[in-house]
Amino acid sequence: MQSELQIGRKSEVIAKALVNDADGSPRIEKRARLFDDFIRYVLLFCGIVSIFTTLGIVVVLGRESLLLFSTLDAQGQPVVTLGEFFFSTSWQPAGLKFGILPLLESTLMTSFVAMLVALPLGLGAAIYLSEYASPRVRGSLKPILEILAGIPTVVYGYFAVTFMTPLLQGVFGRDTVQFYNTASAGLVMGIMILPTIASMSEDALSAVPRNLREASYGLSATKFETISKVILPAALSGIVAAAIVGISRAVGETMIVALAAGAGPNWTMPPNFFVAAETITGHIARISGGDLSYNSVDYDSLFALGFALFIFTLGLNLLSRYITNRFREAYQ
Amino acid sequence: MAQRALSETRTAEDQAFARSLAARHFRGAVWERFFQAAIVIGIVALLALMFNTVNRIVGLVAVQEAIHPSEISDVPLEQLSAEQLAAILTERLPSGGRVLVRDGLLGGADYYNANNTLTMGQFLPDVTLPESVASKKLSELQPEDTQALFVAAMDKNTLLDEVYDQVVGRDVVGSWPLTASLFNRADIEAEIAADHPNATLQWNSWLDLQFLVDSMSNTPADTGIRTAFLGTIWVLLLTLLVSFPLGVGTALYLEEYSSGNNWLERFIETNIRNLAGVPSIIYGLLGLAIFVRTLESITQGRTVISAALTMALLILPVIIINAQEALRAVPPSIREASFGLGATKWQTIWNQVLPAAMPGILTGTILGMSRAIGETAPLIIIGAATFIVKDPNSPVSKFTVIPIQIYNWAKQPGGQYQDIAAAGIVLLLIVLLLFNATAIILRQRFRRSLSA
Repeated sequence: MQSELQIGRKSEVIAKALVNDADGSPRIEKRARLFDDFIRYVLLFCGIVSIFTTLGIVVVLGRESLLLFSTLDAQGQPVVTLGEFFFSTSWQPAGLKFGILPLLESTLMTSFVAMLVALPLGLGAAIYLSEYASPRVRGSLKPILEILAGIPTVVYGYFAVTFMTPLLQGVFGRDTVQFYNTASAGLVMGIMILPTIASMSEDALSAVPRNLREASYGLSATKFETISKVILPAALSGIVAAAIVGISRAVGETMIVALAAGAGPNWTMPPNFFVAAETITGHIARISGGDLSYNSVDYDSLFALGFALFIFTLGLNLLSRYITNRFREAYQ
Repeated sequence: MAQRALSETRTAEDQAFARSLAARHFRGAVWERFFQAAIVIGIVALLALMFNTVNRIVGLVAVQEAIHPSEISDVPLEQLSAEQLAAILTERLPSGGRVLVRDGLLGGADYYNANNTLTMGQFLPDVTLPESVASKKLSELQPEDTQALFVAAMDKNTLLDEVYDQVVGRDVVGSWPLTASLFNRADIEAEIAADHPNATLQWNSWLDLQFLVDSMSNTPADTGIRTAFLGTIWVLLLTLLVSFPLGVGTALYLEEYSSGNNWLERFIETNIRNLAGVPSIIYGLLGLAIFVRTLESITQGRTVISAALTMALLILPVIIINAQEALRAVPPSIREASFGLGATKWQTIWNQVLPAAMPGILTGTILGMSRAIGETAPLIIIGAATFIVKDPNSPVSKFTVIPIQIYNWAKQPGGQYQDIAAAGIVLLLIVLLLFNATAIILRQRFRRSLSA
């Protein structure tokens, strides 16, 4: 009975609304407008969540870092000053020594090896795909790069430990190459970054207009001369941007170094690529994986490392975008 | 005379040109080989990665047993019922299986650390125990009580594993990858004969049904991935629930409502591009500080929901950027037609734009989810449990996920852990493949419907 009544009422309302609508009465239109405004604010809120994420990252990392720098030791001296943090060569939380250099050194070492692999191979693959490969070949090769790009980093880490490290030990000897080493991690990281650089560079290369190529051929340049003297310079900004994104990924990569590069900060001068060393990310992963107590200097130091990493990668990403926008050759 | 000299120099020039032309073409050909080699190296790396993993999931293992199973039972152990297995455990173990209760069911030393005056019923609240057992403390358990406890608290497979481990003393003392097993069998046999004369060689697949349905165990041969698999499903579902509406909402705002010249809108847009480049480990630190610590009263600390919220923030930029592209691909004529029929903005979006863009949005969401499946670092930071046997059953359960298990196994020294990690990797890659296949199918249907 009740429900029948309700249905009756509802249809009455709808009927009225329709009539009103036909009359040009603003009633339902107003309600719809209000609803539209409401939705607009809901969607705006969704967008603001992403701003809060960034804010959260900055506030959280910044606050804990400040805590680290304001911690006093038994003598009432600061545990670590900003100068010591950036310029001392020992990172031993147990001994209250927080110099980022050993961690930074291995981060730069693994990234260097990775770029040594990824940049020439990625660029080479991009040139081949965009300039030499027929559409059919390209159609079947690109998915392979996409698969490489989609493999989880922990799988690459496993690959480094079970394949690359034994391979390096086989080639250079077990006495030279320790089981955990930065070379193995870096090489595999290079394979991981290769697809990123290849696909970004390929986009840049294929954006170079056809008439530039034709003009170059018209001046009787060979295909390789056209590529090296005309197309590469024209696509340079895109390629540099790709390389910078690659570096930023290498610096922030965690799982490969956590598995293959080793534990324990190690300051080696001159750098030795065949000994164990811990990167910034590897250190954060190892320390936070255990039973870390929240209100300790160790805990704060992880966030200080995270903050340094965040600023560094953010800087690289901003630089990459600046280069793309600033130096993009506008054709037509 | 003069003409002849001219033609002579021309020939000389021609020859020089021809030589340099050959050199130029040669240089081009060499570089082309290099470019080709670059992509070949990429393919070889992928093949090596696949081969290296698959090679380890099947192979020979050397199994050693302290006593022969026939000394325990006349029928094969696999055919015994749970009660019979529990009886064997109680009878054959020192102090009537009480040690196994302490280490296997109560978490070993934790029992004493917590409070050893508590009863079984208080320690195992999720297990329905007979009243006579539930009211007893560990020290009061009689052999028949432990037997009832085993039947109630362990399934048959676990019991069977325990009988093999504790009573038979079955131990895998060596394992070899597939290639070695096939081509080096003689060496393996010689090695076994020298090191473990009692061991027998048998074929073993590390990725089998047992691996999928068993929960974790201390021995690599008995361990399974069920807990981690369920953990992955829980985390993924909750991640989707949070990130899909937020991501699509943001994309809708930026594409449909934003005028593009308001500072707030430009800031949101730039911010999303920047967030996409933030290393995942930073999200882990954010999740640790916000979801695990600050919101501990809601999330209960290192739980499924903390992990899911962290993951949601991580994949949000992926979903937003893809959804924006999908929305941009909807032709303006559809919106104009809808407006022309008197629909409001939201009616247009809800009834016309969203359905048209949905395949593209879903493709982007699947891409984001497949990133979430493989992402390990942030979950290590927020502290997924390394060893749990209990399946996650609510958003505030402790959890672990497949990639974390792979990481934990790969970290351990010893070949068998590498084998079991390989099994985990193959499972993970299969799940990813299914996800991406779905995305590709969606993309193709989308293309067809647009061209139709």
